[in-house]
Amino acid sequence: MSPASTTTLERLRGVAGGASVSTDSAQLEAFRVDGMQPAAVVRPATAEGVAEVVRFAAAEKLGVVPVGGRTKLGIGMPPTRYDLALDMTGLNRVIAYDPNDLTLSVEVGLRLAELTPMLAEHKQFLPLAVPFTRQTTIGGTIATGVDSPLRQFYGTARDYVLGIEFVTGAGVLTKSGGRVVKNVAGYDLHKLMIGALGTLGVITRVNFKTFPLPPASCGFVAAFPNFEAALEMRKRVLESPLQPLTLEVLSPALAQIFHCQAPTTLGEALGPVGTWLSTSEWTLTAGFGGREPVLERYATELTRLAAESCATNTAVLDDTDRPLLWGRLRECFPMLLETSPLATIFKIGALSSQLGRVLNTLRLTLERHSLPLVTLVRGAGLTYVALLPTKPGPEGLQQLADAVTPVFEVGAGLAEHVTIPWCPTELKRRINVWGPPRRDHSLLVKMKQTFDPQNILNPGRYVGGL
Amino acid sequence: MERQVIRELEKLLGKQAVLSAPEDLLMYEYDGSVEVARPDCVVFPRTTEHVVGIVRLANQHNVPLVGRGAGTGLSGGALARKGGICIVFSRMNRILSIDLENQRAVVQPGVVNLDLTRAVEHAGLYFAPDPSSQRACTIGGNVAENAGGPHTLAYGVTVNHITGLELVMPSGEVVRIGSSCVEAPGYDLTGLLVGSEGTLALITEITVKLTRLPEAVKTLLAIYETVDDATETVAEITACGITPSACEMLDGKTLRAVEAYVHAGFPLDCAAVLLIEVEGLREAVEGQAEDIADVCRRHRAREVRVARDAAERELLWKGRKNAFGALGRLAPSNYVQDGVIPRTKLPETLRRIDEIGRAHGFDIGNVFHAGDGNLHPIILFDARDKQQFERAVETATEIITLCLDMGGAITGEHGVGMEKDALMQLMFTEADLDAMRSVRDAFNPAGLLNPGKIFPFGKGCGEMRIRPLPVSASDASA
Repeated sequence: MSPASTTTLERLRGVAGGASVSTDSAQLEAFRVDGMQPAAVVRPATAEGVAEVVRFAAAEKLGVVPVGGRTKLGIGMPPTRYDLALDMTGLNRVIAYDPNDLTLSVEVGLRLAELTPMLAEHKQFLPLAVPFTRQTTIGGTIATGVDSPLRQFYGTARDYVLGIEFVTGAGVLTKSGGRVVKNVAGYDLHKLMIGALGTLGVITRVNFKTFPLPPASCGFVAAFPNFEAALEMRKRVLESPLQPLTLEVLSPALAQIFHCQAPTTLGEALGPVGTWLSTSEWTLTAGFGGREPVLERYATELTRLAAESCATNTAVLDDTDRPLLWGRLRECFPMLLETSPLATIFKIGALSSQLGRVLNTLRLTLERHSLPLVTLVRGAGLTYVALLPTKPGPEGLQQLADAVTPVFEVGAGLAEHVTIPWCPTELKRRINVWGPPRRDHSLLVKMKQTFDPQNILNPGRYVGGL
Repeated sequence: MERQVIRELEKLLGKQAVLSAPEDLLMYEYDGSVEVARPDCVVFPRTTEHVVGIVRLANQHNVPLVGRGAGTGLSGGALARKGGICIVFSRMNRILSIDLENQRAVVQPGVVNLDLTRAVEHAGLYFAPDPSSQRACTIGGNVAENAGGPHTLAYGVTVNHITGLELVMPSGEVVRIGSSCVEAPGYDLTGLLVGSEGTLALITEITVKLTRLPEAVKTLLAIYETVDDATETVAEITACGITPSACEMLDGKTLRAVEAYVHAGFPLDCAAVLLIEVEGLREAVEGQAEDIADVCRRHRAREVRVARDAAERELLWKGRKNAFGALGRLAPSNYVQDGVIPRTKLPETLRRIDEIGRAHGFDIGNVFHAGDGNLHPIILFDARDKQQFERAVETATEIITLCLDMGGAITGEHGVGMEKDALMQLMFTEADLDAMRSVRDAFNPAGLLNPGKIFPFGKGCGEMRIRPLPVSASDASA
């Protein structure tokens, strides 16, 4: 912030209405983004309050970072300007929940963990089995577009967000979509907001379609001597009439981490995984739900498909064991980040037919850099790969930096896109976590200029430097 | 439009690909709605380069452009409201690639919806969006309108099945957005473009997801003595968390017209039927069908039939999908509405729609996607009677306003087009509309692409809703 910041903050206090404005140093410290600290933390209580703060920031050209549960602030590039942390946790009301219509409207500061029991009372849920479950807010989940194992069956937020209310970078409170499950009136601006990292607008409210909880669920794991066999099983499942809720492939190195660690971000203590999760082989895991005859059918068919794909071992996980694995899959990223301050996680979007080549090339590349292949193939063929440097400090950073470019290249050759959702700030000085500009860059720029003409919302953090 | 433009278009596309004689333009002044607007000429490009050439010419001569598929739209989206060039994509109808393993296809916009399914069903796949016009409508049109259909209840509307697009921008620039994989980095432009009603860019290539055909399908026909019993059934199915793949309602009026036309075996003496389908694993389908039949009986269904085989199921669906056409037997004109309401409000809303119809002296048929609360009240009237036409439009406005009062939306799948532009103000604030307008202006700064759609002109609501009657040839020459 400029030297005039004290007076600017005084004026902010004047316009921010009910919003609290804090300059307490511990507070500021808690809102650091890539090592940068804001000049103030503003916590409005209403959407109109958010609009007022953003209008002020636009007039003063202050960089604003909308913040929820502070669990995913590491996603994206460092902001080019960071004056105000816009703490959204004051907007935490359930606006409407109509369980009989399976629709829900909530403010963004509401924590997912608070919402879940309310929905469960009506045997419903949101298929957002996202990481940092205990802390994460609705707003952070939607703005970062973070995915979940359940995407295999339920899709992503794009498929079940019905409407969004947001404040544009000019400070205008606006909305698109609606609260009903089907609606084509006007442009779906809410689609633009999902995963936009708050660079187009500050989301203040989200309308969802909710889903009935399956009457019962089970898990399935199968071990394979190599990834080719695990991918073969994955392919067979996808070509079968089965519709598992989750379908993921884990490398042995990831299974080892699951054996050694329990997530600290889940909000409940998880016991150790059993011997059914192999640490020396590749694992395919599937979740499925339904009534007894359906569950039996899944168990039988998955076991058969595993055998046909040369599985060395299979297990059906009941309600005792299943949560041990699902909790870890859900919290996979925070667990990986805890293993090393240098942990770097890639997200590779490739077609299913390319997965074998992607994994093989990754294996060879990481071997060359003496790094283990810690990977998770998620629904829709998205592959997450973690680089966990074995050396500490600057040496580790160098090891990381050396491996990053080759991994990007693997993606450039075989995949549709590669990004780095999580990595240490130091690495961001050397590379762009979003990869090279894409062919639709000019349209992205147009959208940014349309919604945030002063470039104050999360400036510089998003794709293509937006 | 200047003769010069036609000559240049003929030079670009060949004479056979340009229509400009008034008699040739006649069929392009209509779509499936009650709206009418005539283009100055109609062109049939075969390639993206052709489209680019047309767009450049339109820019040079400052002529409006509107894309069109099969013209089955129900909101005037593909009509040339301000005249100009109508680009008909029917000759860009090639399936460019099919990738069975990855469950993707790349198609040109003129591919007919059902033709794509026919091309991949041998491999156990299909294209899930299934608007009732799927034998004729094009995937380009489906994308422009974000079309729905009966089975979108379980599988989602068009946007849920599109991963990437090739666009010709109003400037003539060609841009690819999205990818074949999901979640390309950057804003979800594909999600924005689908359903933008041809106002942001012309779409020349579409990458779609293909869905696996279910192992088992069960189709139930529940027959009711009152409409209330049927709508209460739907509300309870929803509330119980049962998820059929389709849940359609046809009222008695519609049924009788449909039965006379398709002989699907619909009962002639009932007040309403629900056509409910469940799909998936055999075991799951069995359980769901039983649950649904239970709910139906609890709400006094007179009978719950289960289609015995594929032939019977197809016949029932033929009845449903031809219902709008069959209503032509009851009145010279019909005006299909497309409102959405929360499922909990179905019984009350249907009762109120009936009252609105009575107050205006119209019969209103109801055949709609009950499972997702997407109503299609059909006003039966005679468009040749100017007063009736105007009253039909008033009735429609009242119905849609009722849907909004119930917490709903003005259109579930047919689009805003030039039919509901004025109603947008009832659903959105001026700030909301300004945000949308600014997106349109970013893509389509000169406003040449599909002008006069989606956004109200800023006139009073009542004024805008009165449309000109279809003009006869003699009127036009006068």
